[in-house]
Amino acid sequence: MKCRKCGGTATLELRRHNAAFCATDFVEFFRNQVREAIRKHRMFTREERVLVAVSGGKDSLALWDVLIDEGYVTTGLYLDLGIFDYSVESRARCEAFAARRHVPLIIKRVSDEVGAPVPVIKQVTRRPPCSGCGLSKRYLMNRAALEEDIPVVATGHNLDDEAATLFGSVMHWQTDALPRQSPALPSTHPKLVRRVKPLYRLSERETAAFAFIRKIDYIVEECPFAVGATSIAHKQILDRMEDASPGAKHNFLFGFLEKARPAFERAQAVELQECARCGQVTTSTVCAFCKLSDQVKRATAR
Amino acid sequence: MKVLLRNPRREVTVAGNRRVKDVLRELDILPETVLVIRGDDLVTPDQLVRDDDTIELRPVMSGGLS
Repeated sequence: MKCRKCGGTATLELRRHNAAFCATDFVEFFRNQVREAIRKHRMFTREERVLVAVSGGKDSLALWDVLIDEGYVTTGLYLDLGIFDYSVESRARCEAFAARRHVPLIIKRVSDEVGAPVPVIKQVTRRPPCSGCGLSKRYLMNRAALEEDIPVVATGHNLDDEAATLFGSVMHWQTDALPRQSPALPSTHPKLVRRVKPLYRLSERETAAFAFIRKIDYIVEECPFAVGATSIAHKQILDRMEDASPGAKHNFLFGFLEKARPAFERAQAVELQECARCGQVTTSTVCAFCKLSDQVKRATAR
Repeated sequence: MKVLLRNPRREVTVAGNRRVKDVLRELDILPETVLVIRGDDLVTPDQLVRDDDTIELRPVMSGGLS
């Protein structure tokens, strides 16, 4: 198999692009996709600081690597979920990356903020662990950005993540969730920072290949709580569809973004207010994070 | 040849001297779900792997989304 750009021996085949690349040309292809995402959705400028949410996995560290090399002013944010060895190892990967690239890294512990680590939150809420975890992460990312006076949070969500989320929303016709699914969500309130996903054009396999080629030491092991998660089941279904028809995930997601998403946007915007307890943005009197935190504190005080 | 698999980490032995895509098919692994690593390099599905090779099939899926 030959590289589409230089004709040398290819290292990676990209069936959905009907192409293969050598390592050097693949890295350039990857960076071009990120540049295009940032440009098309005006995600951020070189004059703005960017808070990069990092987990120690391939996607977020690949994203951070590209943004640093593209000359953006970045700060990493690692949220320690307290998930046993998984968190210990993923935190170490983030700290090592930040030290190697000489970039600042903020670390926040979920247990300090919510009152307990994710394994306890899982027991207390009796909801899927990814639910309380995701809620806490979104809240803490936004709050950390406000505290640091950083206008935008970038996450490592890739094409597969976005396609799987869309698939889940469509399967249940969660029409409230559909307009919120976007590579870039603008700030709609002074206390809500912009949220962007610069890797949304790149597949999971492409980010893994990029991280490998760039010799980024990332955590390969799965989060122990992700085993059996619905999103994983959806990804597996989409993988089968992609195998049968390369480009299926891309067409599903990009078709939605270009053709269907506008139809789900509400005529009237949701009214946002500040949480009576913590002051962060919510649609109700007390925000979901404060309610979760109360629930955890009540349960652990017993 | 030796094949290193992850999640959980384990090692299996399969016949070599054939193409990567044939090895993946025998193990019932979709090519798009793994990186195929030999030494310090990624290898494409059309490449031959020898009987004395060791390859790693590294899953690319991450997740647990909310």
